[in-house]
Amino acid sequence: MVRHTLALALAASLGFASTAAFAAGETPQPPQQNWTFSGPFGKFDRAQLQRGFKVYREVCQSCHGMTLLSFRNLAEPGGPEFSVAQARQIASEYKVQDGPNDQGEMFERDGRLADRFPAPYKNENEARSRYNAVPPDFSTIAKARTYERGFPWFVLDIFTQFQEQGVDYITALMLGYEEKPPQGVSIPQGLSYNKYFPGHAIAMPKPLEDGRVTYDDGAPQTLDQYSKDVSAFLMWVAEPHLEARKRLGMQVIIFLLVLAGLLYYTKKKVWKQVELRPEDLTPRPTGSAEYRKH
Amino acid sequence: MSGHTTYQPQSPVMKWLERRLPIAGLIHSSFVAYPTPRNLNYWWTFGAILSFMLASQIVTGVVLAMHYTAHVDHAFNSVEAIMRDVNYGWLLRYLHANGASMFFLAAYVHMFRGMYYGSYKEPREVLWILGVILLLLMIATGFMGYVLPWGQMSFWAATVITNLFSAIPGVGESIVTWLWGGYSVGNPTLQRFYSLHYLLPFVIAGVVVLHVWSLHVVGQNNPAGIEPKTEKDVVAFTPYATLKDAFFTVVFLALFAWFVFYLPNYLGHADNYIPANPSVTPAHIVPEWYYLPFYAILRAIPNKLLGVMALGASIVILAFLPWLDTSRVRSARYRPLYRQFFWIFFAVCIGLGWLGAKPAEGGYVIAARILTFYYFAHFLIVMPLLGWIEKPKPLPNSITDSVLKEGVPLGAPAPAPAVSKH
Repeated sequence: MVRHTLALALAASLGFASTAAFAAGETPQPPQQNWTFSGPFGKFDRAQLQRGFKVYREVCQSCHGMTLLSFRNLAEPGGPEFSVAQARQIASEYKVQDGPNDQGEMFERDGRLADRFPAPYKNENEARSRYNAVPPDFSTIAKARTYERGFPWFVLDIFTQFQEQGVDYITALMLGYEEKPPQGVSIPQGLSYNKYFPGHAIAMPKPLEDGRVTYDDGAPQTLDQYSKDVSAFLMWVAEPHLEARKRLGMQVIIFLLVLAGLLYYTKKKVWKQVELRPEDLTPRPTGSAEYRKH
Repeated sequence: MSGHTTYQPQSPVMKWLERRLPIAGLIHSSFVAYPTPRNLNYWWTFGAILSFMLASQIVTGVVLAMHYTAHVDHAFNSVEAIMRDVNYGWLLRYLHANGASMFFLAAYVHMFRGMYYGSYKEPREVLWILGVILLLLMIATGFMGYVLPWGQMSFWAATVITNLFSAIPGVGESIVTWLWGGYSVGNPTLQRFYSLHYLLPFVIAGVVVLHVWSLHVVGQNNPAGIEPKTEKDVVAFTPYATLKDAFFTVVFLALFAWFVFYLPNYLGHADNYIPANPSVTPAHIVPEWYYLPFYAILRAIPNKLLGVMALGASIVILAFLPWLDTSRVRSARYRPLYRQFFWIFFAVCIGLGWLGAKPAEGGYVIAARILTFYYFAHFLIVMPLLGWIEKPKPLPNSITDSVLKEGVPLGAPAPAPAVSKH
């Protein structure tokens, strides 16, 4: 099995076969959303992250883990910024395995701030038997999904700092379900049609619809809003220090530009000492060979 | 590292030390009094930038190594723990990952500069060959470093690249098994890659010392491509070159910071945020951007063994450049034809890089074959022939003249191109 996939990968990568996702061509690009965390001054919208977490808890969590995230992260700066008491409360609503105890037994207890989010399934085999697929873990998913930007966008992205392919894709995926696949596309039994999913046949049934989750802050309880909120939340999960990174970046770049300016003028002043004048021209030696080979 | 030193120790301590270990004199003659051509432009600052990047990679790498676990079950999560739980771990890791890209970017600029100004030509052949060795070491180090996070692309890149050795007739399969330390890419592979990834940067540092030593024996080339003749043609390394290097290194760091802080994953691959899974093959297995031109050459050849040989040859051929180039003139400034072919070659390298990122199918394969042919033709046909065909422009009388008159000899008629041989 491993040998087989290995040979396949090698063949694909060397161009002897094109097993690559040829469906990619028919997959539309996810529309670009407006995110509060994009650009050099980007910051997460706290309320949006809290709503996104609510969507995760009430909908996604039954299948998708988030095992690299700790409960304490929920109360840390730059995230949803729940109060410590709220985060502790949230943690206590989860059961976490601990142990062994004095009798050598593993036991379950309420979660604490220091615990990571428990996984929804013990292993991939259990996941397959339960869901008929392995729902991916959400810890890094907003950075693990992308789509091809193509020329010239991939060049322009360097200047516009566009880094939101992953979240745009997740939002599009939530919105991309269609009851009936288009003409000529057949979706295997038990799978769903999704416009943005590579290959279009997705094992996850449509997870969200209008009114599915109750918001306490008056935000619209629509599929569109849910999709954006949960995507923003997943971006934070994948990159919990995004705000600190961008803030420090601005300071570092300003510092470097000032330093560069100072060095430039220092250099200019120092080089003034060795400026040449016309009388410095080298007297031409007669008949000398200018240049030698060998 | 040049012969004599003008260093005069002042304090008793330094006098005492200098009689026993003349290290201050060595540093003084190498980095203070060392004469550098006065006409060096900013393309000559990339040596300093590369030294900085090597130091930066080693420092960030050593700290990352304190938190990293080289085990197939823990590597991915240990990297994520660095990103999440280590203080400024995200900064260290993004500096290191993007630092690799910046290191290669600077190395490529450095090499293209050497090619444009003929810096590989007599008497700088050994200096150039040491540079090619450094490139090979960087390629190996960067590749093994990319495997360490043990994401999908790490795993599959390791699989594809190590498998290239299976193309060797007869012993290929055995060599691959030996490289892996097993019958597939697994824990022994990861652990040896980690060990070597930690070792090779110090080998690089050692070869850098040789590179700098050689440089200080033969002296720097310069945009005019002629040797300094008088004191007027040179300036002391410090403060002139040091300040210029410092200024442009800081400019380069601003670019580096732009990626680290605002586009930290732009140069990476999304699939590498999925933990390695031997039973799922990514749709496209693509190496890091800095290997793409070589990858395009590998895939352009429809035979695996020949493809691997072409890949190796595309790098090794650089070492022969000093002898493939038959022109007597170094700098492309005075080589009107070569200047055009240089830019064609540059465009071909960019084109190969672009094709390396594309799936190997249809028109892309044809384009890659044409560009691969041209890549080798540049070295094997264009460079030898140009020396015969091209009529170089007159060289300036001296570096000083070239600075004052931008290469047009003042008053006197243009000198005949060089003739003699010693």
